[in-house]
Amino acid sequence: MKLADLQKIAEHEVDFQRAYKHRINVCCSSGCVPFGALKVLKAFEDAVKEFSVEKDCKVAKTGCVGTCSVGPAVIIEPGDYLYQSVTPERVRETVRDHIVLGLPVKDMLYHSEDFFKKQHRLVLRNAGKIDPSRIEDYIAMGGYSAIVKCLATMTPQGVIYEVTRSGLRGRGGAGFPTGQKWSLVARSHSTPKYIVANLDEGDPGVFANRTLAEADPHAILEGMLIAAYAVGAEKGYIYIRAEYPLAIQTLQKAIVQARAMTLLGDSVLETPFKFDLELRFGAGAFVAGEETAILASVEGRRAMPRPRPPYPANSGLWGKPTLIQNVETLANIPVIIQNGGEWFSKVGTTKCSGTKCFSLTGQINNPGLIEVPMGITLREVVFEIGGGIQNNRPFKAVLVGGPSGGCLPEALLDLPIDYDSLTKVGAIMGSGGIVVIDDQSCMVDTAKFFTDFCVEESCGKCVPCRAGLVKVQEIFNRITTGDGKVEDIAALDKAGNYIKEASLCGLGQTAPNPVLTTLRYFRDEYLEHIVDKKCRAGKCFRNLVKEEEVEDQ
Amino acid sequence: MPDPAKVRVATIWLSGCSGCHMSFLDQDEALIDLAQQIQLVYSPIVDIKVFPENVDVTLVEGAVANEDQQELLKFARVRTKILISLGDCAVTGNVTGLRNSLSNSPQATLTRAFIETADVNPQIPTDVPALLPKALPLHEVVKVDYYIPGCPPPAGLINWVIGRLMRGLPVNMEGRSKFG
Amino acid sequence: MSAGTVKLKIDNIEVNVPEGTMILEAARANGVVIPTLCDVEGLTAYGGCRMCMVEIHGSPKLFASCVTPVSTGMEIVTQSDKLKEYRKMALQFILSERSHICSVCVANNSCELQKLANELGVDHVQFEREWTSFPVDSTHDFLVLDRNRCILCTRCVRVCDEIEGVHTLDLKLRGKDEQVIVDLDDQWGESTSCTSCRKCAKVCPVGAIYVEGEALSETKDKNVAKFVLSRRNR
Repeated sequence: MKLADLQKIAEHEVDFQRAYKHRINVCCSSGCVPFGALKVLKAFEDAVKEFSVEKDCKVAKTGCVGTCSVGPAVIIEPGDYLYQSVTPERVRETVRDHIVLGLPVKDMLYHSEDFFKKQHRLVLRNAGKIDPSRIEDYIAMGGYSAIVKCLATMTPQGVIYEVTRSGLRGRGGAGFPTGQKWSLVARSHSTPKYIVANLDEGDPGVFANRTLAEADPHAILEGMLIAAYAVGAEKGYIYIRAEYPLAIQTLQKAIVQARAMTLLGDSVLETPFKFDLELRFGAGAFVAGEETAILASVEGRRAMPRPRPPYPANSGLWGKPTLIQNVETLANIPVIIQNGGEWFSKVGTTKCSGTKCFSLTGQINNPGLIEVPMGITLREVVFEIGGGIQNNRPFKAVLVGGPSGGCLPEALLDLPIDYDSLTKVGAIMGSGGIVVIDDQSCMVDTAKFFTDFCVEESCGKCVPCRAGLVKVQEIFNRITTGDGKVEDIAALDKAGNYIKEASLCGLGQTAPNPVLTTLRYFRDEYLEHIVDKKCRAGKCFRNLVKEEEVEDQ
Repeated sequence: MPDPAKVRVATIWLSGCSGCHMSFLDQDEALIDLAQQIQLVYSPIVDIKVFPENVDVTLVEGAVANEDQQELLKFARVRTKILISLGDCAVTGNVTGLRNSLSNSPQATLTRAFIETADVNPQIPTDVPALLPKALPLHEVVKVDYYIPGCPPPAGLINWVIGRLMRGLPVNMEGRSKFG
Repeated sequence: MSAGTVKLKIDNIEVNVPEGTMILEAARANGVVIPTLCDVEGLTAYGGCRMCMVEIHGSPKLFASCVTPVSTGMEIVTQSDKLKEYRKMALQFILSERSHICSVCVANNSCELQKLANELGVDHVQFEREWTSFPVDSTHDFLVLDRNRCILCTRCVRVCDEIEGVHTLDLKLRGKDEQVIVDLDDQWGESTSCTSCRKCAKVCPVGAIYVEGEALSETKDKNVAKFVLSRRNR
């Protein structure tokens, strides 16, 4: 297949899709399948036959639109009618009313108009719209045109220039400027060079990367292709957690299809550019998302971080220059190439361009996966997109950045979301987890929960993280069972800061964040636990209650 | 007779081997000087039954292993100005704490010690104070002001610390203290 | 100043060292002592114990001197109140995470952990101590592995792999449960790869690996890696 052939495929596919008046997109991602999405899909296929509209109506198995709490989600085009909690029993009625009679079934439509209003979908541009198992669907949406543009009209330096100009920063959490990273790898003389895509999303309650891989795998592949072209790599690895079977299956299929179309292989689109990639599976360790730990794991060793320098850009896989990027970063690349770096730099804020995917969870009305422009405020995310707190309860805190993020109080709700603002208040962008906490949660208990997680996930290499977190956990165990001392607050603060400053890798350096931010913003709750032996949310001292009950009997 | 010019010193022997007290006595002729300045108001080596009031310095040997010891230590703490952990058992748990690796259940510990490993006449002793689940270093039970680690702490170090404290000088253990 | 030489200041002493030198080496070469536990000359730096953290003028961060290369104009501080407090805290964390009982340990008086605690004035551990009961492997003819005394510095793992070249020792599990293992978690006495070279016992900073029946003061030799390498490269 040649460069020009791709255009023909796209045109052909667009014509093919236009032949249908309606398109029914049934979300069959990991979120919706447990709700019975596959049965719903089957029911739609049967129903369109029953009403003899199969020639007008294409039923597609797609990825996620983000409304994960009310699956299975179904979108009927044109008009983007989003149906929630669709059951196979109501499919017949939906096809009859919506497709045949032209009357959308109102009581099944998604409950909130605000959920999508302030979102800006670049990374998730195709999520829920295309069938991820068909490369043609992706091509019809303009997919792979960016790599064609690169190969036909741009030099590798030109590609790096555009990426640099876009202002894109790494979406894995640390926010290193992507263009700068690419030039470091490109400038490195040693060969071969490697690309590693990080899809080891280990944070509890975070599912943005999984959704992306399940909904639009080719966007990741195209991003890797462009990056490979720019830095001069011939081999890539996608490091994905083994706990994501559907994403693995989707990616494997995508790779086979891309190879068949010569988008991967010894001669990409019959040009001299050579690139191929493989999947590598992680065995479920949080620390394996750390870049140097990934390198060790891809090489077949224990996923443990190592000190930097040397940075992977100079000495990565097998000591060779290696570009490691989060898949979300990579999925941005085709859009940047298609529209130009300058266009991208205007999305978001001047310091922090583009968008960010967040997994919005907790005590909120519209949980799900969202993509918002950088600079949006937490208030907009929680109260507009998220639709506010469940059952109109009072807002208490929002945890930004996953298990090693920071718990921010109401006073900080107008904080714009970008790397620097979040770091300033003790939180991090991290993997993009936002957990909304209402007054029924105890902040001490919340901090303890995430400390427990980090204790469990510490790799054991460095002392602060391995041994220090255990001591922090012990102090929490004391405070939440009634044995807390006033000195414990100072001890937590000291140990927390030590672990933050002295740990070897990002896991340890951020692990105390929930502790330090709750100490900073919710100190009164700690004092209540220690002095009054009281937990206003009723989460702690459960052991004591039990003892009293036993005595009563 | 109470002598107002002398510093009132007490020593307590909890769960330890008495080696720390031996080391205290090992100060040899320095004890003669010390005796000019201190009055020993409570100690396993003097015959006073109740821990007195207004003690200036209390040196405690041994870990806190049973309820009686816990009570005595707390009692001593409120009647003492300066409380010192003397020796590794008091500072870390040390040999007394070895049982903590075995079990946190006093019953299981006693069974192991007096039944399973007994050569003759296996029986768990009665009429003795109840064991705590774990043998604890002093500072996990009460506030401790100074620590003199060592198994036993060298006599010279004990003398040095007491001397510094009586002269109101700061006690910096850097390069002086040693576990074990 | 010759090409490839870097000029910097360590504790206000001006020093010149070759490019690529780590701060720790540069300090040592100029008589500045930085406390360490996992470092052994001749083995790959591990960066695990965090004892060797130093401050670099102009940066709010701390740097592990064993893995941070020097650069021109650096002003390094190896002793400060904060560093001392952090080092003492690290020692307390290590002392509290497993049952370190000096009085009954073979390494008593030949132990780097004990010595550092003494030097830095760690006279007690403010945190609750763990009383672990990890398995002790004494199946080897004369080498013993007591995991309760291990500080997970991996000196033994590295010397076994990098100097002896057999990689008998490695780690299993993670976090506080992490343990040194023999082969694929077998008994040491049944190991088919171990050459019984004793290098692990020589570099062990504590009493976790030792030679049965021999005085530790005789069997410890931290310089074994450097020595072997110097012969090999002669």
